[in-house]
Amino acid sequence: MNEKKSMREVFIESIWEHMHKDGKIFFLSADFGSIALDNIRKDFCDRFINVGIAEQNLVNLSVGLALEGYKVYAYAIAPFLSMRCYEQLRNLSMLAQLRELDVNLIGVGAGLSYDLSGPSHHSYEDITLMRLLPHVEVFSPSDWVVTKEIAKVSLIQKTPKYIRLDGKPLNRIYSGNVSLQRGFSILKEGRKVCLLSTGYMTHVSLRVVKELESAGIDSGLIDVFTLKGFNPKALYSSLSGYNRIITLEEGFINRGGFDSLIANLLIDNESEIKLKKIGFKGKYIFENGNRDALHKINSMDCGSIKKEVVKSWRKAGY
Amino acid sequence: MGKDIIKLLERKALYVRRETLKLHLLSPETRIASSLSAVEIFSVLYYGGILRHKPANPMWEKRDRLIISKGHGGISLYPVLADLKFFPKNELGKIGKPKALLKSMPDCLIPGIESINGALGNGLGEACGIAIGARAKGLKSRVFVICGDGELNEGSVWEAIMFAGHKRLSNVILILDNNKISMMGYCRNILNLNPLAGKFKGFGWEVYSTDGHSVDNLYRVLMRMKVSEIDKPKVLIANTVKGRGVPELEKDILCHVRSLSREKILESIEDME
Repeated sequence: MNEKKSMREVFIESIWEHMHKDGKIFFLSADFGSIALDNIRKDFCDRFINVGIAEQNLVNLSVGLALEGYKVYAYAIAPFLSMRCYEQLRNLSMLAQLRELDVNLIGVGAGLSYDLSGPSHHSYEDITLMRLLPHVEVFSPSDWVVTKEIAKVSLIQKTPKYIRLDGKPLNRIYSGNVSLQRGFSILKEGRKVCLLSTGYMTHVSLRVVKELESAGIDSGLIDVFTLKGFNPKALYSSLSGYNRIITLEEGFINRGGFDSLIANLLIDNESEIKLKKIGFKGKYIFENGNRDALHKINSMDCGSIKKEVVKSWRKAGY
Repeated sequence: MGKDIIKLLERKALYVRRETLKLHLLSPETRIASSLSAVEIFSVLYYGGILRHKPANPMWEKRDRLIISKGHGGISLYPVLADLKFFPKNELGKIGKPKALLKSMPDCLIPGIESINGALGNGLGEACGIAIGARAKGLKSRVFVICGDGELNEGSVWEAIMFAGHKRLSNVILILDNNKISMMGYCRNILNLNPLAGKFKGFGWEVYSTDGHSVDNLYRVLMRMKVSEIDKPKVLIANTVKGRGVPELEKDILCHVRSLSREKILESIEDME
């Protein structure tokens, strides 16, 4: 069950398999590799392009190829793919309103995946920025099983997508198949308090709810992996039994990210559910340390989150 | 035959220049000076048989693609597209009105326009993607791009210039509307681009240059570029005058942001008779 796998390897392998039977796929990389990508480079050298360290051109080339009817995968490091070329992404979004553009943006290095490389390589802003663009779907998987499903969807849906992948191999969370239909999955039913997490934070949240369960705190957990096209009715009805919810993301809070998505859901439903947001609080992280250490500094480690859940649990009453 | 085509091109360029001024009269927010410098370029591409197109089927697979990377200078293409029946000619009279097809910045809702290029510096990269895609489909289509010289200040253009040279995208033909002035003055004083030809050569491009207002020269050089079998992307440095045809604009270093008065427009159109 605890089989660790890299999201990008799983994703790219799915695309490579499909490229054997679909000649209309191009894979572009901004000089960024992976083991699975070596297969694409070897087997489909005419449909793989290393554009160099040039994200602006990566996106413009992708738009051009998509205008010619190709399905394009544009692969780069997440903070650079989501920010270096934001105007080009905006053009993609704009053009997608008038033309079918099948561009799949694969950003690797969600949140603090590149923990030791410092804030230039951390990705705190991409959820906010990519959610902002109309016509671009945003996926934020928590494990390789969901990632594989997203790869399948990407082969069918002919619209722009931003797929935010973790940079480190992570344990699988889902044992069987997982459906992307609703955009989220209930990992644990609970009462009073529900945790809503995306990406890597779902791993931390799972530990939190499991450890608290033995202490008699029966909080729920929902993993949200489709950050735009999720089913808002279904998600809200999954929350309606709780008094308090806590959002968890490896990104800035109070700036239009995952927390805002949930806050909007509550507002739209005139909900009285109380919301607590956990994430980075509007400053970059220059401290040295691995992911766990950096989480601890920012009160996002398992211990700190447990305290928050207990607080919410008590406030929620009976 | 040669003389006839040049006469036709001169006549058409005159039509396009006058109609462009009329569009500016109806829609004063259009960038008239930038649009006037590209009049002969558009005229020769479409009426000179350089650019393969089918007005009845604008998305015809085998067409040559044209990306107007300096979108604000694309107004002078509207009269050409209307004349060739890409859309009804009366659309010209509706520019800028609510729900009108034509706007001060071209977009791909307009038949014959491939993309949206109001934001500068992205057309060449898109064109490179189109060129690779067209080639992969076995099409002989060429991808023409119109860039301004001021636009070359954008770094994204140079990413694409490097890329096209490295990949030897011989089906890419860049036409540089080298009008030498950007919004706040002469390009050479803002960010000197010279030696321009040397820069393109250094990146693996085949470089051509001509007077961008001589339909005769433009026709000859574009024909040469079109049939060239050189295994490189090609750039035509078309030396133009910003605001060409309106003396008041031609001598104004800030002509980019100028709008002409109704009287001046009518007077300029009359002077062209």
